[in-house]
Amino acid sequence: MSERIVGGVHEARVHDSAHKHVTGAAVYVDDIPEPARTVQVHIGQSARAHARLVRMDLDAVRRAPGVVAVLTAADIPGVNDLSAVHAHDEPVFAVDKVMFAGQALFAVAAETRLQARRAAALAVVEYADLPPVLDTDTARAAGDLVWPIGRMQRGDAPAALARAPRRLQGRMTIGGQEHFYLEGMVALAVPGEDGDVLVHCSTQHPSEGQLLIAQVLGVPSHAVTVECRRMGGAFGGKETHANLFAAVAALVARATGRPAKCRLDRDDDMIMTGKRHDFTIDYEVGFDETGVIKAVAMDFASRCGWSADLSGPVNDRALFHADNCYFYENVRLACFPCRTNMVSATAFRGFGGPQGVVAAERVIEEVAFALGLDPLDVRKRNFYGRAERNLTPYHQAIEDNIIHELVEELERTSNYRARRDEIRAWNRTSRWQRRGLALTPVKFGISFTMTAYNQAGALLHVYRDGSIQLNHGGTEMGQGLYVKVAQVVAEELQVDIDRIRLTATNTSKVPNTSATAASSGSDLNGMAAQAAARTIKERLTAFAAARAQASAEEVVWLPGRIRVKGEEILFDKLVHDAYFARIQLSATGFYATPKIHWSREEGRGRPFYYYAYGAACSEVTVDTLTGEHRVDRVDILHDVGRSLNPAIDLGQVEGGFIQGMGWLTMEELWWDADGRLRTHAPSTYKIPCASDRPPVFNVRLMEGVANREPTIHRSKAVGEPPLMLAISVLHAISDAVASIADHKLPPRLDPPATPEKVLAAIERLRASDSGGAP
Amino acid sequence: MPSVSMTVNGKQVGGEVESRTLLVEFLRNQLGLTGTHVGCDTSQCGCCVVHVDGRSVKACTMLAVQAAGSQVTTIEGLARNGQLHPVQAAFREHHGLQCGFCTPGMIMSAVDLLQHNANPTEAEVREWLEGNLCRCTGYHNIVKAIMAAAADMSGHAKAAE
Ligand code: FES
Ligand code: FES
Repeated sequence: MSERIVGGVHEARVHDSAHKHVTGAAVYVDDIPEPARTVQVHIGQSARAHARLVRMDLDAVRRAPGVVAVLTAADIPGVNDLSAVHAHDEPVFAVDKVMFAGQALFAVAAETRLQARRAAALAVVEYADLPPVLDTDTARAAGDLVWPIGRMQRGDAPAALARAPRRLQGRMTIGGQEHFYLEGMVALAVPGEDGDVLVHCSTQHPSEGQLLIAQVLGVPSHAVTVECRRMGGAFGGKETHANLFAAVAALVARATGRPAKCRLDRDDDMIMTGKRHDFTIDYEVGFDETGVIKAVAMDFASRCGWSADLSGPVNDRALFHADNCYFYENVRLACFPCRTNMVSATAFRGFGGPQGVVAAERVIEEVAFALGLDPLDVRKRNFYGRAERNLTPYHQAIEDNIIHELVEELERTSNYRARRDEIRAWNRTSRWQRRGLALTPVKFGISFTMTAYNQAGALLHVYRDGSIQLNHGGTEMGQGLYVKVAQVVAEELQVDIDRIRLTATNTSKVPNTSATAASSGSDLNGMAAQAAARTIKERLTAFAAARAQASAEEVVWLPGRIRVKGEEILFDKLVHDAYFARIQLSATGFYATPKIHWSREEGRGRPFYYYAYGAACSEVTVDTLTGEHRVDRVDILHDVGRSLNPAIDLGQVEGGFIQGMGWLTMEELWWDADGRLRTHAPSTYKIPCASDRPPVFNVRLMEGVANREPTIHRSKAVGEPPLMLAISVLHAISDAVASIADHKLPPRLDPPATPEKVLAAIERLRASDSGGAP
Repeated sequence: MPSVSMTVNGKQVGGEVESRTLLVEFLRNQLGLTGTHVGCDTSQCGCCVVHVDGRSVKACTMLAVQAAGSQVTTIEGLARNGQLHPVQAAFREHHGLQCGFCTPGMIMSAVDLLQHNANPTEAEVREWLEGNLCRCTGYHNIVKAIMAAAADMSGHAKAAE
């Protein structure tokens, strides 16, 4: 008998769908064979960013060839609202007023997609324009926020700033980001009997979709089932923003009695769905001559778009991460979630956290330049202590700090100091090309800050032939959640992983689930699945013990079998016998993250169960004539605790890093003065491609760092934290640019560091270095 | 409506199409070959790459009628007798995929590259893949998979000599 099962935890397994992906057999929503009589849905959109709706004449739309139905707000049997946070500010279809260019006005269902699109174009809509609000200063002046101001403070920041030997202030902007999941939004609704509807949807949050669809249709949740087998990428973009398309498909199915599919094309997807929040940050820092930070005050204002969506918690998470790895003796942070006439900004990998970390690193850069120190030394000088100086701005003590050893190891393995000297010397001999190097750390808090979301359920069946079916509330978007959870169950029941089949996430199997988000997918669902497997294991153990007249302790679980009183029984046989002995072979499992709590009003609590850490060292070359850059080498050391699956985790680190690099260096969203998004296709919005990947890319997972908390097999979450490793690229570019003025002036490069921005920074440094106006 | 016929994955197929029907629509909607994905609808992402007469083509760039009489291979036709093509096997083994949406197009592009350049450098692989976007993997394992497949295939070619 083999002494190790195939596919247990900590094993580098390929993705469970890998074989299907390479053969084209994996089924996405758009690949499901359409039921007979399926209608295709297109959504008519507002052409204006802010206007009163004077008249909407849809007669021509209704008369167009192939049109089956045209639906507006008046056709909604339930509530015309999709706000996931109960802000009641997100109508399915606009009434009286439009709030952004691209807002849904009506839906057309036709026999073909082309017919639906053509018909929608025939709508006559009259608008009375209102001035669009497109910046945070205007919104703040008008007091128009989508969510109340959030604050965190510790100590007395104003007094400490006044006292500090050195003091600096500045403003920075951080750009947003389009998710650009390769599979656009799609939903297929199939009507059933008694007003039921089954919606196949590319969504990270089936349970919320179910709740909102039910609300829109005016039926109880039990009449709606949402299912998602996999998504072709999501990154947060399908947490709440998939709901509109699911609800519209369901509405059409209900109104026509026919299955209805709504698939967006790329341009519509980019115009109609939310993005990463951009931020304007005003910061002030007080520090001493050695670079130790005494006080920090920061105001974060973001353009949240027309509705609240998740902007409250996103802005909060920016504050939660405005310390990154640094102890601020005195600190005062505030966020201002501003309403703007743009598409509602939403969740995106990191959920506001990355913007907080970018701001923290800007502050470090300011201090380093003011004192002529290596930024890495300033970073290290301000790291949270292990037992003292470890209180965050939200009063959670950091108990699992490993950033000191992690950064030291990376500093050594990346050969940071020697390369820095070599690069400085090289730059002195190079006229147009300049190289830069930076090493930046990341600390990221794990848990939903909305405490209630930190729960998960699973459902496990063992069939009479010994095969196992598992369902849990997490959704698969490529991150390898299904394979990790299957590994957990395989380990628990000591069976090979091929015995376990995971089925599509479905609200009728596991109810009331949370979004697969906040990097928490395997932490939560792994624990829930383990609990279900444990229940089965306990029942089988009790059965085997009773039959052999042994104690439960005498039953030993071995790979593929158990041993009791010297007798070995194969798992199949055990299950078979248990069935005939009428032992229940189906179980649910549940998990709620312990220890966490958070009060927004008081700005105090323990919102995070634990932290994940990492660091990256990046080297770039900048062409000072064009502002273009190239990333030459990246070294990463990242902490995932004891990895459930190192192959999957490495993929998350690599992919997250490149996505972060895209955000900070090349991806630029651009709205015109009328509030129309002008970058709505890959032709105008550039995400990283294969040649942007650094030629030297050394990625390692930190070893010997089990999670201090009893998470699933002592692993750590990995989805979001690696994105912030790319901040090292931004700072490497800054370092290269700073060489223009011999590292005496801070480049203050605001991301995205596009060639224009880099060139502008170079020009500014040149002008001030030669004594011109700064 | 014009009718077209072509050979897809070794099978003679035909059907009535509108003259504006794209090859990708014909493959997906009429033939049910949904392994060829649509990511951008505008010839930029590479999710829809198939082979037409041996060369990689973005199937959203070509009309179905333009492919009349051609030999078309899609991701579903790449494996032979249940044996994965070495590029498919390498993508699986080297984790060259996460969500998998870009994977069929990536593989079809890579197979075309290796037909013309059996031993590409890493830089050549990356340059070749510029028309194929991936949002998940950061390309690291994709490039690794293609390099491994190239080594594997030229090893086999040598062994057969
Ligand atoms: S769908 Fe053909 S290239 Fe994107
Ligand atoms: S694996 Fe998701 S886009 Fe490439």
